[in-house]
Amino acid sequence: MSLELFLDLVSQPSRAVYIFAKKNGIPLELRTVDLIKGQHKSKEFLQINSLGKLPTLKDGDFILTESSAILIYLSCKYQTPDHWYPSDLQARARVHEYLGWHADCIRGTFGVPLWVQVLGPLIGVQVPKEKVERNRTAIDQALQWLEDKFLGDRPFLAGQQVILADLMALEELMQPVALGYELFEGRPRLAAWRGRVEAFLGAELCQEAHSIILSILEQAAKKTLPTPSPEAYPAMLLRIARIP
Amino acid sequence: MGLELYLDLLSQPCRAVYIFAKKNDIPFELRIVDLIKGQHLSDAFAQVNPLKKVPALKDGDFTLTESVAILLYLTRKYKVPDYWYPQDLQARARVDEYLAWQHTTLRRSCLRALWHKVMFPVFLGEPVSPQTLAATLAELDVTLQLLEDKFLQNKAFLTGPHISLADLVAITELMHPVGAGCQVFEGRPKLATWRQRVEAAVGEDLFQEAHEVILKAKDFPPADPTVKQKLMPWVLAMIR
Repeated sequence: MSLELFLDLVSQPSRAVYIFAKKNGIPLELRTVDLIKGQHKSKEFLQINSLGKLPTLKDGDFILTESSAILIYLSCKYQTPDHWYPSDLQARARVHEYLGWHADCIRGTFGVPLWVQVLGPLIGVQVPKEKVERNRTAIDQALQWLEDKFLGDRPFLAGQQVILADLMALEELMQPVALGYELFEGRPRLAAWRGRVEAFLGAELCQEAHSIILSILEQAAKKTLPTPSPEAYPAMLLRIARIP
Repeated sequence: MGLELYLDLLSQPCRAVYIFAKKNDIPFELRIVDLIKGQHLSDAFAQVNPLKKVPALKDGDFTLTESVAILLYLTRKYKVPDYWYPQDLQARARVDEYLAWQHTTLRRSCLRALWHKVMFPVFLGEPVSPQTLAATLAELDVTLQLLEDKFLQNKAFLTGPHISLADLVAITELMHPVGAGCQVFEGRPKLATWRQRVEAAVGEDLFQEAHEVILKAKDFPPADPTVKQKLMPWVLAMIR
């Protein structure tokens, strides 16, 4: 049995792993676990990953969660080109430096618009306007740091070639973009970076990976989104409550 | 100039870096950046780290932030014993997995517990509502349960039979609510014996030394108004 990847392309970290695997020709059996339906909290999925989170990698009996851990594991196991996760001491440190900052300032923050505009309303929850505005400010602040500290004058986030960090960052940024936030307007450096990353990955792969999230507003408007199951509600409500 | 580590042992990630460097006899110059005096917000420190956070590492011209990045850099550069961050692919993935998970879970809960229980009311003189405190402590409780059930389980250490970076990062986080007077290990025998194993592996003296500051957090004198004014925006951004 080859590797199995449990994912949902609605989710940023799922997309990062998906794109990485596809770009590097890593053989994976894809298993979609519908986040909106709440399948990640189902009894079946919890047997595989008791934390109920996506993405999850299954390599025989070895089960791994956390997208950054999965990306590093795959890059080492399949010996992907060095630029993704450089063996150079300082270059590799820069990847981890980005991932640490990303966990604090990007993750969680960039996912909020989906909860505000789509997932909250799906279960009848309205996020207060002041929280929406606070989130917008946090997004703007993070983008400034991303541009000034991590991108700077470089073509990619830590150097001359694409690294895991670029993938993680791009997929998080795509989330509010899909919800109508024009993040790249007035940010030419960031827009150019995005263009470079997408050119490297290939237009077809990007389209494939992004099509679900990019159509999310349309699906919500047409009321074609799945209905969250009762098992999913507690986690959804908790997630919404934690929006600062 | 050799390796410099910019730290304040009040901060959990700083404690992990400090212990790791000391334990592995990594030579470094300690540069204290006093958080409650607001030294991290100074222009001088911004030259080292424009993000104004500790820990920070300076190795000649190379400056590095983020504790996990620093720990991994030290691990590779100083060729520490394998168990800290094993070469074995799957064993290492377990450490990576824990280090990724803890950012938004244990780290967050432990930080909030300290600030809501002690630092806001005692040091900053800002009352915290009973509901807020209760919610924070409840969240801590849930996270501790996850730590035990999903990571520790029946193993000696978080990712296997030996101590690793995961244990070091976790224990230093947990000392935050301990410093705030929370019951972290009481009623959790598995976690309590794990703590003893980690302390023994690190060395009691080093462990005590690293935690002297946090264990006195309840006794910090209240901040004077100028300091409080300087610190408030930073605190509010940190606690979100």
